Order: sequence, then C-alpha cells, then structure tokens
Amino acid sequence: MAESTLETPLPVVTPKKAHESTLIRVAKYMAVRLITMAFTVVIGLYLTILIANMGGYVDQIRRGEIRENTQQQVMNDPALRSLSASQRVKLIEDRVISEEKRLGLDKPFAIRSFAFLKDAITLNLGFAEFLNADNGSRQVKIIVLERLPSTLILFGATNIILFFATLFAALSLSRQYGSLLDRFVIATSPMSAAPGWFYGIFLIVIFAAYLHVLPFGGMVDVPPPDNKVDYALSMLKHLTLPALALALNQVAFAIYNNRTFFLIYSSEDYVEMAKAKGLTARDVERKYILRPTLPTNITNFAFLLIGVWGGAPIFEGVFNWPGLGRTQLIAAGLFDTPVIVGTTVIFAYLLAITVFLLDFVYALVDPRVKIGNESAKS
Amino acid sequence: MNSIRKFFTEIAQYPSAVVGLILILGLISFAVYTVITIPYQEAISLWRGDENVWYRTPKTAQPKWINWFRKDDVPETFWLNTAEGQGTKTEEFSNGTNKIFISLPFEYNSTYFPQEVSIYFTSQFTSKEPFVDVKVITPTGEEIRVGSFAVGRKHTYRFSQDEKLQRRLKGHSPEQGIFMDLETEQLKAVPGTYELQIEGVAFEENSTVDVEFVVYGEVYGWAGTDHRRRDLSIALMWGAPVALAFGLLAALGTTITTMIIAAVGTWYGGWVDEVIQRITEVNLILPFLSILIMIGTFYSKSLWVMLVAVIALSIFGGAIKGFRANFLQIKESSYVEAARAYGASDIRIIMRYLVPRIVPLLLPQLVILIPSNVFLEASLTIIGLGDPVLPTWGKLIREGIGNGALLQGQFYWVLQPAVILLITGLSFAMVGFSMDRIFNPKLRGA
Repeated sequence: MAESTLETPLPVVTPKKAHESTLIRVAKYMAVRLITMAFTVVIGLYLTILIANMGGYVDQIRRGEIRENTQQQVMNDPALRSLSASQRVKLIEDRVISEEKRLGLDKPFAIRSFAFLKDAITLNLGFAEFLNADNGSRQVKIIVLERLPSTLILFGATNIILFFATLFAALSLSRQYGSLLDRFVIATSPMSAAPGWFYGIFLIVIFAAYLHVLPFGGMVDVPPPDNKVDYALSMLKHLTLPALALALNQVAFAIYNNRTFFLIYSSEDYVEMAKAKGLTARDVERKYILRPTLPTNITNFAFLLIGVWGGAPIFEGVFNWPGLGRTQLIAAGLFDTPVIVGTTVIFAYLLAITVFLLDFVYALVDPRVKIGNESAKS
Repeated sequence: MNSIRKFFTEIAQYPSAVVGLILILGLISFAVYTVITIPYQEAISLWRGDENVWYRTPKTAQPKWINWFRKDDVPETFWLNTAEGQGTKTEEFSNGTNKIFISLPFEYNSTYFPQEVSIYFTSQFTSKEPFVDVKVITPTGEEIRVGSFAVGRKHTYRFSQDEKLQRRLKGHSPEQGIFMDLETEQLKAVPGTYELQIEGVAFEENSTVDVEFVVYGEVYGWAGTDHRRRDLSIALMWGAPVALAFGLLAALGTTITTMIIAAVGTWYGGWVDEVIQRITEVNLILPFLSILIMIGTFYSKSLWVMLVAVIALSIFGGAIKGFRANFLQIKESSYVEAARAYGASDIRIIMRYLVPRIVPLLLPQLVILIPSNVFLEASLTIIGLGDPVLPTWGKLIREGIGNGALLQGQFYWVLQPAVILLITGLSFAMVGFSMDRIFNPKLRGA
C-alpha cells in the first residue's frame, strides 16, 4: 500500500476538444478500458488455471487417488467377490477410465486448459469434488455465488465507509497542520504495516475472549434470528470487530496520505487566489482542494482495495466470516480443485471490476483524463 | 561515506526512525544470537520433538513473567536430576546389596498446587530390578510415605495416579496432598523447603538407581509452553531469523527486479515497454493470496518456494509505475544524452545512468516492503501454508487459535508472537516512512 505514496501519476494536460462533451469522452475512455480489461482478465484467468494445475502435476495426484479409491471399492464390495482376478482387474480399469472421464482427465492438459478457461470466463465451473453449497448443490457456481454477498458486505461496506471517513478526516486535519492530532496521525501511520487480520487477533482477544462483549467470529448468531431487523442487528454486531480491524489497518495511513496531498494542493496559487477573492473556507476546500486531489486519492484507494481483496482469505479465516475467502481456505484444505479455481476466478473478477469501477470514477472526477491514453491511468 | 553520514544525521531528526533503527538492530542481534545458540537442525528437531523430548515441561504453562503481574505467585516448573549431580546420592555396597540413599531438597514458593509431580527413575542392572522406597519430608518436618516399588530400566512414577497414596492423604489428590497442611485441610500449598528422600536397594554390585524429580508448575520459562509441552521460546526465537530473512529477501528481490524491469522498459520503449505495461495490468488483477494458496496446496509449502512465488508475483506490481514515471524523466535528462553521444551501450546507460538515480525512491520502498513481507509470511503460516518444519511466529498464532488458546484464556500463546510481529513490523515501517519523507521532500507536506 505504501507504494501509492511514491506513485502519483500526474496526467498530461491536454487541450480540451470543444466539440466533445464530457459524457462522450468518458464513454470512449471507458469503452477502451473495458476492452483492454477484458483481455487482461482472460490472460489473468488463463495464468490462474495454469498455476492451479502446475502443468498437469495435480492431475497425476488425482489419477493416483482415483485408482486407489476404485481399487478399494472393488476389493471391498462383497458382490464382486466371486469375480476372478483378471475380471476384477478389468473392472478396476473400466471404472478408473469412466471416473477419469467423469472428471475430464482423459483429454490432454493443453486442450483441457482452454476448455477450462472458457468455463472459468463464463463462471461455468462444474461441480465441486467435496464441498457443498448450503442448499446442498455441488455446483461450484452456486457455492461461490452463495458466498459472494457476505464477502461484499464485509469488504465493500466497510471500505466505502472508510474511504469517505478518511477523506473528510484528512481534510479537517489539513486545516490543523502541525497540531497535536496531526502529529498523532503521522506517528500512527506506520500501523498500516500490519494487515487487518493481525489487529483482528488483538481485537478478538480483547473484546471477545476477555471482555465477552462481541462475538469471536461468524456472520450472524447461531441459530440465525427469524426477524429481519434482528438479523441485521446480529450481523452488525458480528461486523463490528472485522470493520474495526480494517479501520486500524487503514485509517491512520489513509488519513496521513490524503492529508499530505491536501496540503500540497492547498499551497497552490489558485487556492490563494480563491481565498483572496473572499470565498468561504468551505467552498475553497470543496472546489479548489478536494476536487484536484480526488484522482490521487482514488488511485490510493484503488491500491488499498486491491490489497484488501488479496488478503480476504486470511481475514475471513481469522474472523470465521462465511465468505469467498474462507470457502477458498476450506477448499484448499480438502484439495477441492474446482472450488479453489472457482474462488480464485471470482477474486480475479472482483479485482478487475474494482479496477474498472475506480477507473470509471476516476474518469468522472478527473477532467484531465486523456481519451484512450494509457498514461493517464491504468 | 559522506552521504551515509548525511543520511544518519538527517534520520536522527525523526524520533520514530531512531526508535525503529534501534529496534531493528535489536531484532537482528536477537536473530543472530538465536541462530548461533539454537542451530537450525536442533531447532527443528526440538520443535518436532514428542513427549520424549518434552517430558519435563507442563502442558500449556504460562510464561514466568506472568508472576510479575500477580500478587501471589503461581508455582514454577523445575526438575532435579541426580545423574546431573543435583541433590545428594550415597551408595553403600555390602553383602551383595547396594544400598542407595538419595536426598533431593527443594524450595516450593507458591501457595498454589503444581499441575503434577513425577519421578523418572533410570536404573542399571543385569537381572534383578532394584527396589525403592520414596518419602517426602514437608517443611514442618512431617514425613509422608509415598510408596515402595521395584523400578525397571526406565520407570515413571506419577504422584497423581497413585490411588493408595491418595487414600493416605485423606482423599486429596497426591500432587496437592503432599504440599498442603493435612491437619487444617485448607486447599492451599504450604511454601517452604521440602525434601524428597529415596532409599533404594539394588541387588547387584554395579546396579544403581538415578532419579529425576519433576514438579510441573503453572509457569515455565520466559515464553510458556503449548499443548504439546513444547517450550514456546524456541519458536519465538527462531521466528526472528525466519521472518527477517523472508522479509528482507522478498523485499530485495522484488524491488531490485522491479526497478531493473522498469528501467529496461523505459529505456527501450516501444513494444518492450508496452509488453511490460500489459503484464503489470494482468498482474494487478491476479489474486495474490489465492494464487499462493493454490501453490501451497498443490505444490509445496516450503518457505523458499513461497519466497520465489511471492517475488515472482510482486515483480510486476504497482511499484513499476512509480519507477517508470521517474525513469521517463531521467531518460530525458542531458547527462543521459551525453552518455548516448559518447556511445555508451544500452546496458551501461541503464545500469550506470538510470538505476543509480532511482535509489532515493527505491530505499524507502525497500524498507517499507520488509514488514509487508514479514506479515505475509505470518499470514501464509496462519492459513496453513507455512513451512512444515520451521518454528515461526505465525505457527504459534495458528496453533494457539487452533487449540482454543483464546477460548481457554491462554492469551500468552497468541499474544507473545503477535506482539513480536507487531514490533518487527512497526520498526521497519517507522524507519521506512521517515526515509520516504527524507528522500521525497515533496511528501513532508506544505
């Protein structure tokens, strides 16, 4: 996350073309971005699939497992006792072949990888080998999509709140440059070096294990309340510690970062000019300081969000949050390849959507976005 | 040399950086000390050790320093071994029998009872087992007969499992009964000097008995123990070199390769630059931890495999854009043009003209990346992708949480590694943030 301070892309100012409205410019820009993003996603997903299979290494393990399981089945089946040895061997061979066919192991990896890619893109990820969805389905798509909302609630809601909270906190802080509070924020900014789950452990120790005021983890009480209001309240209670953990990880650094840029921009000549004109402090802040810093702040936020998505599995693991990340961990523990790939694909999609959405917001707030020019922002 | 001195005078103006530097130096010496005192192989075998290695330590004992915060101390764990010359042991051989007398005086300083008291006998004989008679003398001079029995080559006597002794102690569990005042029957241990007396008879000339007397207290060592009786200090100590090595190597590997790739990309421009930019974009949407989970699950959990994977996934990270923006400026500067004019090769320009100019940007980046990678190593361990053999901080946290340390109030188990991790992370971060402000004055604000 720290790299974002070092990296403040300042787009080249281009003469505004009079005949193009902002809407068209943004639309064009976004169309180009959408196409490049689509290619990026495809390549990213293919890489994921290659890694998931380690160039066929996993297939060998799976073939071995299938053979062993089939042998066990045939040997232990009392109905098959009467068969001769050679018949039994043939039966095992047949069953192995049909089982491999069922799991798609009969085709060479190179071909399967492309079939896999197509499935991954369309989210048609087949059936889980071990895991079930809550409704009993074994379809990876259902397992994964069922978990998506919890993850979105956890990270989406908290991060959006944190973004605006830190933005305005930073704005008010930049007014009190050098104050005690300001120095406190600077001093605590290195706290972002520790990830959210880490503060989560401390919070769980304090609030759940020691004070017994908040739950250790999970999303709602067990059993879940029937009433919708109670359900929401219970969820809010469970959301408190994870949100606090994310806040501890992000707030000080984000405020510090935003404040720095506010300070840089508030010493610009046009700000002095605006003040001299007698505009209210509120107007100056909103129009002359907040507006030009927004693109930078959004870029920082994008990197932050990407970091947070990346850490989702462990964060959800620590808080026992029934989201995508935890599902991935469980799948990893069970060697459930389709679910591992499925959750990875969804995370790749989430990252791509995050980047794309932030691009869109960026294009809206930054009038200098150069149409179709990659150097503006990627 | 001069520039280094200048850097130190400048960094001395940031108190947080000074604190950070001191902490880093402390951590490095701690890591070096660990590697010297507990060699790698020994650490691994100790950590994988079973009850044979850790028979003398109690299960989930708290660390010693807990007593500093308590009004009344909980008992410490200690052992006395006659084979190591503790206590007194006299032998007298006559008429074909060897009479052995062992006296092991010990201080018991707590009003709480120990978890368990055991005696481990080892004896040497060819055909007939020696016979022992065990007594405990309490501080008031009372004599408690513990038991008489024959001891084989290895014999373990656990006080708590002796039902006869329990009956003699008015039904109190023996590890409590021998420490309490049996007249008042208050459930409180009596502190003072106790003595364990063992009279043995061996029936052969060179036959003898040695005893190891272990009192399993509620605290052990400065770090406590886990559910498998292992001393947590081994993992706490070995966590330091592992974390520092991983953090440093990953940060170095990532920043340097990233910088060189950015330099090559900007220098050659054109399709090279374009390809690098596209890879960066693909890299941005690759779910980092998910991929590491896949590698750990399907391939190998070794620390070094993970290190390579982490570096490989971070090379084309967001930092490349920052470097690139700076290289683009440097590329246009006149001294690079001069180098080109005298016919310097591409590689020479990249390595001698472009790269050195970026060092101010690179150093803070490098230092700030160290804690991220230290925590990454801990993260991987906590989700079960840690190195299978190495004892690390993350492993303690994982095992602590996994074995209900938080639910049972054994906070030391999780909090000790967490606090050390926090100190490590913060010390590097404080130095890195200050360096960032020194090298990039723009960020000092206003």
